[in-house]
Amino acid sequence: MSSTYFSMRNIVKEYRMGDETQRVLKHANLELDEGEFLSILGPSGSGKSTMMNIIGCLDTPTSGQYILRDREIGKQDQHQLAQIRCHEIGFIFQSFQLLQRMDAMKNVELPLIYAGMPKKERERRARETLERVGLQDKLHHRPNQLSGGQQQRVAIARALATNPTLLLADEPTGALDQETGRQVIALFEELNAEGRTVIMITHDMNIARHAKRIVNILDGVLTEGSAMA
Amino acid sequence: MIKAKVSMFHESVSMSLSNIAHNRMRSFLTVLGIIIGVTAIIALITIVNGVTGEITDQFAALGTGKLTVTARGTPLKPGLTETDLETLSSISNISGVSPSVTATVVGKSDYAWDDEIALEGRNEVYFRMTPDLLARGRALNRLDMESKTRVCIIDSALAEALFYGRDPLNGTIIVDGHTFTVVGILSDEAGGDVMSQAMGESSKKLIVPYTTAMTIAKSAYITSLDVHVANTDLTDQVIKDLEDTLFATFNYKEDTYSIINMESLLDTMNTMISLMTALLAGIASIALLVGGIGIMNMMLVSVTERTTEIGLRKALGAEPGQIQLQFLIESFILSLLGGIIGTMLGILISYAFAAIIGTGFRVSWGAIAIGVGFSAAVGIIFGWTPARRASNLNPIDALRSA
Repeated sequence: MSSTYFSMRNIVKEYRMGDETQRVLKHANLELDEGEFLSILGPSGSGKSTMMNIIGCLDTPTSGQYILRDREIGKQDQHQLAQIRCHEIGFIFQSFQLLQRMDAMKNVELPLIYAGMPKKERERRARETLERVGLQDKLHHRPNQLSGGQQQRVAIARALATNPTLLLADEPTGALDQETGRQVIALFEELNAEGRTVIMITHDMNIARHAKRIVNILDGVLTEGSAMA
Repeated sequence: MIKAKVSMFHESVSMSLSNIAHNRMRSFLTVLGIIIGVTAIIALITIVNGVTGEITDQFAALGTGKLTVTARGTPLKPGLTETDLETLSSISNISGVSPSVTATVVGKSDYAWDDEIALEGRNEVYFRMTPDLLARGRALNRLDMESKTRVCIIDSALAEALFYGRDPLNGTIIVDGHTFTVVGILSDEAGGDVMSQAMGESSKKLIVPYTTAMTIAKSAYITSLDVHVANTDLTDQVIKDLEDTLFATFNYKEDTYSIINMESLLDTMNTMISLMTALLAGIASIALLVGGIGIMNMMLVSVTERTTEIGLRKALGAEPGQIQLQFLIESFILSLLGGIIGTMLGILISYAFAAIIGTGFRVSWGAIAIGVGFSAAVGIIFGWTPARRASNLNPIDALRSA
């Protein structure tokens, strides 16, 4: 039950800003088991976006060890990282990041194209996933014909399309009103209940406490928190 | 795996097309540079081809197998004598030697006189080698040469000037105290070859036996003659033999004669024309270069505009190579489109030009290949840097810039 999904040891991330080197993550340690629902809570500028990028294999740490499902990420090449992002991780962003000129179906098909799935199968899979998030009657609507909540559902469907093991959400409710935000969180809880590992990054305590576990981040330092904090 | 790659490629093409269609106005303006460049190249090459084809055809028709010899000679011997002509005629592979003695003379008939008559002394070879020369009457023959007969052949302009519409055949013209009998009338079409027509020599022409003309001109020397080559494959040998003979004739002095080969003139002209064409095409391809820079600019703007999209695609699992390919395909399609439109426009323009000016119209497949090929190459070359930049974008920065 509690097999390790990933482990981070002594993760340091530095950015060069002109002559200065800024250390954004300071020896972060984090262990995550499969099937967990984790919130990373911190104010803006705390290093939580960097944390997300490293977890999501969009960036590699300056030093330290990040092992995701038995693979050391620092040792993977561009191609392997792309494969991991494609098949293992589903990203959800604050501003949805849907392509405006494509309808819901095409948006959800996008990661499947990069996964190399044939067209027929792709369309079937996209339809299924959109049905899963309750948008079966909006398949051919474009993003600007959908409400914010519906757009975020399309984005979640897109994240689910390749059937990843991890859902990684960056402020998923940041652009939504309270009610639709709650619905999105409820969807995450459902998906977690189905066995998927979920990580939510947020600055909002009210959102974070829906997770089973909270990690605080402040000035690049991670501390285990509690849902009551 | 290969199937997946093909499907990936297919998706890239359709995504590129949808992007181009999405920014229709901007795509069109960007492609305009390529269109103008390719149109210019195709139109120039096609028009030049058509016009020069016409000219070289005419040239070839009048000039093959004819060598024009000019013999200035030495102070002691300012030209060729009749004996020299005999020697030249005996060179092998020559079908005839046609001397030409010219002078401007005053002539009068029973009815009128004219002081601007172009007298030409010719021999029988001239009449044999120039087809359709006579409208009526007879040509000059060998007997006329040998006995220096006082006969002449006139053109219609001179006939009109001296005979006022009366039949000039068997009429008489007095030149320099000698009385000539008109034995033939030149046809209007053959009032000289194309070259002399172009130089305005066709009017008021009086052709007499060259021997007679020499008497009138009070000259024992011939300075100008045409040599007709029998077998044009051996022209070079004939020229060499001619040179040897002439050199010996003028006592081995330099710069005493010159030989012009019409065919080599044609070759020179063709070389010059292709140089000109290359030059023009070179200038036109500057437009293509500018068009390429336009494409590059648009692609760079497009990369900047779609920074978040590129970041997103990367987050969703796109590899750098796939991103690069997509942008490359986009600029390739864009400039290929320009190339195709430009080619069609160029052909259209040169067709219209040919129809208006009345020259030949020849579509050159080479030009089309150059136009389309170059535009495609421009698309790849100028699309490379933006595509590379897109593929190197850091997905985090890309997504954060939203």
